[in-house]
Order: sequence, then C-alpha cells, then structure tokens
Amino acid sequence: MIDFILGVLIAAVPAGTPLLFGTIGEILAERSGIMNLGVEGMMLIGAVMGFSAAFYTGNPWLGFALAAFMGGLLSLIHAFISINLRGNQVVSGLALTMFGTGLSGLLGRRFIGVPLPASAKIGGIKIPLLSDIPVLGPLLFRFDPLAYIAIVLVIIAWFLLYKTSLGINIRSVGEDPATADAMGVNVFAIRYLCTFIGGVLAGIGGAYLSIVYTPSWIEGMTAGAGWIVIALTIFSLWSPLRALLGAYLFGGVKVLQYRLQPFGISPNLLNTLPFILTILVLMAASGEVMRRRIGAPSALGLPYSREEK
Amino acid sequence: MRRLQFRLERRYLAPGWLRLVTNTISLLLALVSIAFVLWAAKIDPIQAYKKIFIGSFGSFYGLSETTVKAIPLLICGVGLTLAFKAQFWNIGAEGQLLMGAIAATWVALFFPIKLPSWAVRPTMFAAGFLAGALWALIPAFLRAKLQVNEVITSLMLVYVATEIVNYLVYGPWKGAKEWGFPYSDKFPDAAILPTIPGTRIHYPTLILGIVAAVLAYFFLMRTRWGYELRVTGDNPKAALYAGIPYIRVAVLVMLISGGLAGIAGVGEVAGIHARLRYPQGISPGYGFTSIIVAWLAQLNPLVVILTSFLLGGLLVGGDALKVSLGLPVPTIHMFNGAILFFLIGGEIFLRYRIYVTFKPKEMLTLKEELG
Repeated sequence: MIDFILGVLIAAVPAGTPLLFGTIGEILAERSGIMNLGVEGMMLIGAVMGFSAAFYTGNPWLGFALAAFMGGLLSLIHAFISINLRGNQVVSGLALTMFGTGLSGLLGRRFIGVPLPASAKIGGIKIPLLSDIPVLGPLLFRFDPLAYIAIVLVIIAWFLLYKTSLGINIRSVGEDPATADAMGVNVFAIRYLCTFIGGVLAGIGGAYLSIVYTPSWIEGMTAGAGWIVIALTIFSLWSPLRALLGAYLFGGVKVLQYRLQPFGISPNLLNTLPFILTILVLMAASGEVMRRRIGAPSALGLPYSREEK
Repeated sequence: MRRLQFRLERRYLAPGWLRLVTNTISLLLALVSIAFVLWAAKIDPIQAYKKIFIGSFGSFYGLSETTVKAIPLLICGVGLTLAFKAQFWNIGAEGQLLMGAIAATWVALFFPIKLPSWAVRPTMFAAGFLAGALWALIPAFLRAKLQVNEVITSLMLVYVATEIVNYLVYGPWKGAKEWGFPYSDKFPDAAILPTIPGTRIHYPTLILGIVAAVLAYFFLMRTRWGYELRVTGDNPKAALYAGIPYIRVAVLVMLISGGLAGIAGVGEVAGIHARLRYPQGISPGYGFTSIIVAWLAQLNPLVVILTSFLLGGLLVGGDALKVSLGLPVPTIHMFNGAILFFLIGGEIFLRYRIYVTFKPKEMLTLKEELG
C-alpha cells in the first residue's frame, strides 16, 4: 500500500510538470486581464517544434528554446487581437487552439513514429547524497531538471506577483485597467508581456511532453492538457503556489487512471475529475465576499481602451 | 517629421454592406495567409486549394458529403447565434452535442418500454434535445445564480461529456457484436434515420436544421423574448433597468442552443453511424467549428444556412487533402483557426470608425517629445 502511494506520488510530479508550466503562464496572463484559451494550441506547437529542434540538433535545451520562442510567437497573435484590435478573447483563444492544432499536425507529419536520439533526451538527475535518503530520496531528489525548474518558476511567479512593483502593476491592470492607466502604468505593455510569457511557458510545457515525458511526437499528443491548464488556473484561484499543489494533484489523477483500472475504477470517469473539481471551486468561490478576496481578476477578458469607460 | 495617428470612434450599427465586405475580406485574407504557411511547409498552396474545392464542391459526391457535414454545423450554429446575440458565451456545444448522442443511443438501445416503431425517431430527437438542453442549463444557472463565468463551465462540461461517452463505449454500453471496437451495438432499423438515396444525407435532420434557422430568425426579430434577448446582449445594464430578468434570457438561450446541439448529436448517431462511437468518431469538433459558422454569419440565423455549408465544405476538403496530398487530418483546423482570427480581428472595422491622420511634429505634446 505504501509502495502504491509512493509510486503514485513519484509519478505525479512528471505528469504535473507540463501542466505547471502552462498554468504559471496562464495565471500571469489572466492576472493582467487576458484570458488565453489557446494554451492547448501553443502547447502542441511547443511539443512539435521542441521535438524537431531536439531531433535535428541532438540538444534538448535547444528544443526547449525553440518551443518557448514559438509558443511566445503564437501568443502574440492573441495579444494583438485582444489588446490592439479589442476582439473577443474567448473566440480568439479558441482560434489559437484550432490554429495550433492544425499547424502542429502539418509540421509534425515527418516525425510520427520517429524516436528521439538518446543524446536529446533528458532523464532524471540524482542529486548527490540527498537522493540516497530512503523514501525521501526517490520522492524528492531524482526528478528531471525541468521538474525543478518548474518549481523555481512557481516561486519566481509568486514573488513577482506579490512582492514586486511590477507584480502590483500586473494585478492592478487585471483588476482595474483604467485606474492603473491613470496611475501611469502602461496597460498595453503589461498585457503584452504577460500574454507573451504565458505563450513561452505553454510552449515549454508542450516540449516537456515531447522531449521528456514521452520522447516522441504524436499527433495531438497534449490530449487536452491545455484545457486542464485552463481548469487548473481557476482551480488554483490565480495563485502560483496553489497551482503547484493543483498541478501535482491533477497529475496524480492522470497517473491513477492507469493504476486504479485493475480495481475496476473507470479511467474515463476519473478523467472528469479535474473539470468537475474546477466547476465546484468556481461555485465555492462565487459568493460576494469570496469573489472579492480570491475571485477572478475583475477585468479578465475585457478589452481596454482609453476612450471608452 | 509627421506621425501617423489612429483614432477609433465607437459606432453602434455597422451597415450591412460593410459587414459583408469585412467578412469576405477576412475570409480571403485567412486563405491567403494559410497559403503562405502551406508554401513555407513546401506544399503547393494552389494545388491544395484546388483539392479542397474540388473535393468539397466539385462533384455530386463532394457536394453530398459537404451537406452531411453542414447538418450538425447548421443546427449547432443556429443555437449559438442566439446565445452569442445575448452575449452568453456558450462554447460548450460540442459537449451538448455528445449528450444528445448519448440520449439518442439510450432511446434506441435501452428504452425501458417498447415504443411503436413510428414513435422511436421522434422520441430520440426529443430525448436528444432534452439532454443537450439540460447539459447547457448547468452553465446558465451557475451564471445567473452564482455569477460563475459561463465560458469556463460550458467548456469544462465538454470534457466531462467526452469522458462520459468514452466510459459508455468502453464500458457498460460496449457492443457485443462490434469486434472489440469502442462502439455500442447497432441501432435497430426503427431508430436509424432515412437518407437521400446514394448519399449519406439524413434529410430529417437537415429539414429540422433549416426549420430551426427560420424559426430562430423569427423568434429573434419578431417576438418579445427575442427582443429581450437582443437588448440583453446589446446593453446588459439597460436590460436590467427595463426589468428583463437575466436568468430568463440565460435559461432561454441555453435551453435552445444546448437543445439544438443535442439534436445535432442525435442526427450524427442515428443518421450516420447507427451506433454510439468514441467521441471523435461522432464529432470531429462540430461544436467548436459551429462557433465559426455563427460568427461568419454575423449572428444571423438565416445566414448560418450558407456559412454552415461553407465550413462543411472545408471539413470535406480536409479529407481530400489527406487522401491526395497525405496531409494529416487536423491540418484543416489551421484554416478554421485562421478564419476565426481574421473574423475577430476584422470586427474592429464594424465596431469602430477608424480615422487615420498625420500629426505634424509641432503638435506633439511635451510628454511624447520627451518619450
């Protein structure tokens, strides 16, 4: 029994890591008032471009770099439409997902069934001494470097949002852009920046899937991870620290799908859990007081312009 | 030294010709930009477009398949025009469609009482409408009662519905005679929709779709509830002052758009597959594509008849690309995405008057000078 729980916990971290990358990015974007439903598309592009760069150069880090760049590039389309053209963010985000899904299929057609060369893979690192501690060693100190980078990013994002003036600006732009603008905050620049970071991190999350998690390119390999990121952003109530727990929780659900199947528990019904939990969290956080304290950024999804108030 | 300046001025009603021109240009720009992407991927864009066009509109078979794919897009799209008109962002039509498919399968295979065969198909459509509507009412109530964002709830419920279908076809409803495929058993004859001979066009659903488009138009333009719906969409505050209860509008549009999506699901399982299949086997994203259909139609239910045919053609064209050029099936989503981008982007010309002026340098403010 202990072994089973330990096994699930250890597997939950790599399963949750791509979700975590995407979620930190989406939290930043939504905190600045931009809802980007294109995460699934950006992750797919990240996955295919990351794989291709890692495949041709044999260097996984170049894969992550290209994935980050392409994810960021795609997010700029969404930024341009929602910020400059004041378009509907919901529809633009969906368009981004469609576009990314299609483009990744087109770009990835020559990589289907092609294995990643050994030099381009990233495995677990054993942190000296610490990884030899019984139980705690494998549980905490033997993951791949990206898993640790994601955790560091959580702390950076938290610090950025709550302890720096840039973070205050980001949050104020998401809550009340008109006031922020009047205070001299550059609403457009902040929203562009946050959306871009969101794209970069979604791209990295996708590349994690194709370079680390299952080192290969499979059409539509994110299999809804981008939507779980959207759910997770809300589930964690726009807080990077809660996203850390949420990502491993949802990662754990994914792991349990396979491990509980022998016990007669349907993997499909288990899969609905992240989405149902998110709806329940939204309901719980819906009261007037709760909404003001932990609810969605007030200006989320609303375009901003100086002339119209 | 002069500087280019853009000034936007809100406009309230864009003239019809401008809508048509903007949408047409958006569509063309989308196709041109995709041509560049194809060209960059070393695919001859002219060849690809030719294949798409000939595949979908160039033959009797192509046209019939285009119609087959237009049916669910039409029915879902009509419902979405109403929802979007009320500024209620139902993006969960895909899930509502799947719930309709489940309900139809239940009536066809597991109905507790033996129905006379003439009553089976109407019961399936009714059950499908009900299931889709109930699925859509969840976001409606959560929005109206708890102010929970309907975008997220309707979207989350898509994935819940998808997994329920998976659960059923891999689990309790898995057919005994389906060679291990994730399909339910085949429907009895009384539960299968008739088709136009030589095609897969299940005309009862097509007729329902066209009737729905016409009724929706009159509902929107000629009834009090339709008027309330439009007012709520145009100006929610004014609607509130006028005493239009938001919950009534939300429930109404979700009842209709969810119910129609459910009917589309009935059409797919009863008209095409004669069984419940795994989710992607029932719908390659009709519920999402119908968002484009509704948007391209400028939220006019009658125009949806045309735009659903257009997007249906694009889906068939995707199959043609696969067969002739060996491109993966999802490639066609790239077209969908690009079209939607340009439509949304182009809206700025409909919502604003744009003035471009050259500002001489002397007129720059001190701040700009320093910046």
